[in-house]
Amino acid sequence: MRLSAQVTAKTLVYYTFALTVVIFTFVLHSSAFFSIENWLNIVRQTAPIVIMAIGLNFALSAGQLDLSIGAVVALSGLVAALLLPEYGLIIASVVALSLGGAIGAFNGYLSLRLAVPSLIVTLGTMVFLNGFVRYLSGLESIPILNESFLILFGGGSIFGVPTLLIWVLGIAVSVYCVFSYVQLGRHLLATGANANAARAMGVNTIKVRIIAMSLSGFFAALAGLLYAGRMQSARYTLGEFEFITVIAAIAIGGCSLLGGQVSIWGTVLGVWLIGILNNGLILSGFSSNAQMMMKGIILIVAVGITFRTRKQ
Amino acid sequence: MIRTALDQIALQVVDLHKCFEDSHVLRGVSFTANRGEIVALLGDNGAGKSTLVNCLAGKLLPTEGEILINGTKQIINSPNTAQNLGISVVYQDLALIKEMSVVENLFLNREIRHRNTLLNRLGWLDKKAMAMRAKKLLRRLGSAGIELGLPVSMLSGGQRQIVALIRAVNAGANIIVMDEPTAALGNEQCNHVIRLIRLLSSQGVTTILISHDLGQVAKLCDRAVVLYQGQTVADVAVKDVAQLELLALMSGAECSGISAN
Repeated sequence: MRLSAQVTAKTLVYYTFALTVVIFTFVLHSSAFFSIENWLNIVRQTAPIVIMAIGLNFALSAGQLDLSIGAVVALSGLVAALLLPEYGLIIASVVALSLGGAIGAFNGYLSLRLAVPSLIVTLGTMVFLNGFVRYLSGLESIPILNESFLILFGGGSIFGVPTLLIWVLGIAVSVYCVFSYVQLGRHLLATGANANAARAMGVNTIKVRIIAMSLSGFFAALAGLLYAGRMQSARYTLGEFEFITVIAAIAIGGCSLLGGQVSIWGTVLGVWLIGILNNGLILSGFSSNAQMMMKGIILIVAVGITFRTRKQ
Repeated sequence: MIRTALDQIALQVVDLHKCFEDSHVLRGVSFTANRGEIVALLGDNGAGKSTLVNCLAGKLLPTEGEILINGTKQIINSPNTAQNLGISVVYQDLALIKEMSVVENLFLNREIRHRNTLLNRLGWLDKKAMAMRAKKLLRRLGSAGIELGLPVSMLSGGQRQIVALIRAVNAGANIIVMDEPTAALGNEQCNHVIRLIRLLSSQGVTTILISHDLGQVAKLCDRAVVLYQGQTVADVAVKDVAQLELLALMSGAECSGISAN
């Protein structure tokens, strides 16, 4: 069939997205599924995950993997929540974001220094941070009362447009530009596609990899602020179980998990697709068990198609 | 115009040694290459060709000896230094990024940035300028047939070789070291590459050619430098020597009449 030839890694997400909406149209034709409020809600709920996923594109573009982003989300949210009452919006958010960037850079440096895959290093960082945020929070949720923080990072709206949607679109456009029009993007992709070739051309692949990991951590920290803002509190569980969603969304979005290729808009749509699936499944009466199974299937199918296209 | 002989020397290697922990790979390599000359670098496996090339490329530092570029002693301690001195190495694997387009490969790490000061600071690329320059360069080097926007993975082996060569020229190389450029190519593609090497030579680019194809060396090269067990055993004009003699030199046979040259 011709269709199967046209469905490539790059376009998969568009077909799946359309198909999902069509299916839910038949299943849920008269329910709350189609209200604008419901769709905006999906956008709000998925915003931190989109930011995490876009950030992870940096690590993946350079051929690295960052498992620690979920833990950085929790750390950043907690640090901001703890600093806000005493130091205010600017210091709290700058510290949280810098911490994320620094942890990412540390991951990158360690993996290069020890010549260990970033997968292993960030696995260690992840477990360490998971423990650390439990210690830091004493397993309590920390409320956020700072008004300006909640307006900037929270679930509110500006002229009817959710702040979180503005964040998502703003970051997506900026990162898209980095990969399409900026020298750093070229060097990231070149390093991920063929590090030896990039090095032979004089690209400082060590620096590029550390920057990639650092940006991954930075955007995870930003996602943590958005999470905390939307929930109006920070908890050690924030982001903890989102890694699988992020990876599934990126895979179906057409980003190569092996480096050298990213798809920012595919990533955004991939996360939204999973958000719609979750939402639609709940409205159709399924439990969260079904959502988990769905994510697993999406990941396997998407990765399968990506690798098949690579071979061709 | 008459130039002195010194003026013409692009590359001079003097008594180069390279020791690794447990082996002495280069044991005194010396040769010169003049401007616009095509010099064959011959030697059996393990003769030290790759080590020599890596020293020229800035990947390895020689233990002893000197490398002179245009008459000045230089220490080539990184690939960037080599590029800045005008030395480019086209490796057998070509070091092209297959996923990227021809023009992206030509300008990798020498991207032209936007003229606007702010955008320039951000590293914003001037894609138009790069495309224009690439187009001009391809036309000047008789390779206008190569589609600039195509990913390298879609090009033929010969086209890839040509892109790698042109990238070296674009990087400002005056001395290009090529490792077996035509080994994996068909006849016609091979001729394309050879034509390009000749064209570059006529424009003053010095080529150091590593090859096992002695027939090709005889047709293409001006001079041949033969390495045996890390030493230069001959530096001869190709037209003065038979292929069999070169072969003998490569395998270590004594040919005193030639090596004295």
